[in-house]
Amino acid sequence: MGQTIVQKILAKATGRPSVEIGDVVEPNVNLAMSHENAALVINQFLEIYKGIGLAPKVWDPSKIAIIFDHRVPAESSKTATNQKKVRNFVAEQNITKFHDIRGDEMGICHQILPESGYVRPGYVVVGTDSHTTSHGALGAFSFGIGATEMASVWTLGTILNVQVPQTIKVVVNGTFNQFVLPKDLILYLIGQLTAEGANFRVIEFHGEAIRNMSTSGRLTICNMTVEAGATSGIVPPDEETINYLRNTAGVTDEIELINPDSDAEYEKIIEINASDLVPQIACPHTVDNVKPVENVAGVKINQIVVGSCTNGRLDDLEIAAKILKNKKIDKNVRMLVFPASGRIYKEAMKAGYLLDLMEAGAVIVNPGCGPCLGVHQGALGDGEVALSTTNRNFKGRMGNPNSEVYLSSPAVAAASAITGFITDPRELN
Amino acid sequence: MAKVVYKFGDDISTDIIYPGRFMATVLPTETPQYAFADNKDLNSMLVNGQIPKGSIIIAGKNFGCGSSREQAVSTIKGHELIIIAKNFARIFLQNSVNLGLNTITCPDIEADVDDEIEITENKVINKTKGKEFDIIPHPPARQAIIDAGGLINYTRKKLLEKV
Repeated sequence: MGQTIVQKILAKATGRPSVEIGDVVEPNVNLAMSHENAALVINQFLEIYKGIGLAPKVWDPSKIAIIFDHRVPAESSKTATNQKKVRNFVAEQNITKFHDIRGDEMGICHQILPESGYVRPGYVVVGTDSHTTSHGALGAFSFGIGATEMASVWTLGTILNVQVPQTIKVVVNGTFNQFVLPKDLILYLIGQLTAEGANFRVIEFHGEAIRNMSTSGRLTICNMTVEAGATSGIVPPDEETINYLRNTAGVTDEIELINPDSDAEYEKIIEINASDLVPQIACPHTVDNVKPVENVAGVKINQIVVGSCTNGRLDDLEIAAKILKNKKIDKNVRMLVFPASGRIYKEAMKAGYLLDLMEAGAVIVNPGCGPCLGVHQGALGDGEVALSTTNRNFKGRMGNPNSEVYLSSPAVAAASAITGFITDPRELN
Repeated sequence: MAKVVYKFGDDISTDIIYPGRFMATVLPTETPQYAFADNKDLNSMLVNGQIPKGSIIIAGKNFGCGSSREQAVSTIKGHELIIIAKNFARIFLQNSVNLGLNTITCPDIEADVDDEIEITENKVINKTKGKEFDIIPHPPARQAIIDAGGLINYTRKKLLEKV
């Protein structure tokens, strides 16, 4: 029996010829990422070294990435103090992949990692963030862990007790229709699988619609696989991956492509025809409560959010700007746009997208996680409704349990900004 | 023997267990005050000490879905509650093993608030209903972390073996 891509990656990371599904392994980690919650990781890391007479020292400072994104610039003195603690640790331990609050290097961790060339096909990547699944877009086995587990990785350089997961193969053929985006595909898939349908499993993406998809779109779909419970999403690396790594991420050294065997063992295979897809909406308060846009069209919106690790990339801002160019956002709606990184912010600025969005009435917020998790930007009032391109709509997610969040693609979000209610972008004009 | 103090449905997210706006609070000694913060009844019972340690929360499928925030585990651990769920989301389950929160996977569990529960090695016995339900045990590798008293102890031991 052949091997899935994750079996092959785990075999390589454990120095074995092959691994079987269900085996418990301790793979070497190629990249260990944290954001502000590095403050808790540091606490647990120092705890491990307590009373044993050894100086706390991370296993390999070049393999640790720390990116401030959740609360930037700091919203409180508490956060600012945590960030200061992390900065001091970064300096002490010589951690080089550190992205502070600076226009020329900041961004959301799940954009900074790919655009900086930190992630390569075949890597084992762990991050103290559930959306670490994103980096499967580049052919890495990449998954979220807790802070104490990260402290263990910082100490040992391996991730303990990984059970080789089952894989669900998703084959997407056909071509996307106008205004139907990768976000619609992943929302549709989550609706089919349910919020726990892929728990402890990997989702491997195949088919011509995936082959033709940009790395940006692949990041969107892998990002949200965790909303079906998946350990990770993964796209077998190809020409597009190489082009992205060479031309966007500036990678010059050798790139090794690890791909699944054609006779790999999958738990199940799901086939989707992209040509049949229509824009999708995840309705409150679970991400798997997915409906075609026509079923919820007309719901009144108070706040539109475009951005995040799911949909804050240049093509996302481009489609929103194109829909909103020379138009005005409805008077009863406020629209917040937060590019996924400083680099994307600058590119969107040069391309004129930010100007188009501002002239339509949108507020451009600095790169970061922004309003997605209800921490410090764009909280909702009691009884208010948001339509957001982010990845979660749990009760209270945007900072107020007495509000509602709908999730959509940037095209649906931009179309809805014009009308003030949920609108199918195909129905505009 | 312990009592069920609260019952949840399916898909209880970490945003419900520990809302994102409290994430700047990270230390396990400080997180318990925000447990289920948006559920005012449950939070006030916990914070006011009206729920005895060792009490049981019942949940459906996919408890702890969403964010990897470890505060969602330390906040419950701080109140020494036991969670019995039909199943748990992966990261939450691993975090609970790492921090020593008692999570019990019991796919067929039937229990309501105020039921008296006894937990044995492989069964949950609902004394009030007169029924018992099988537990899915942790795999050996995960149990080894629990037996070591959590991941900090386990990693420390591994580190000392290496040097």
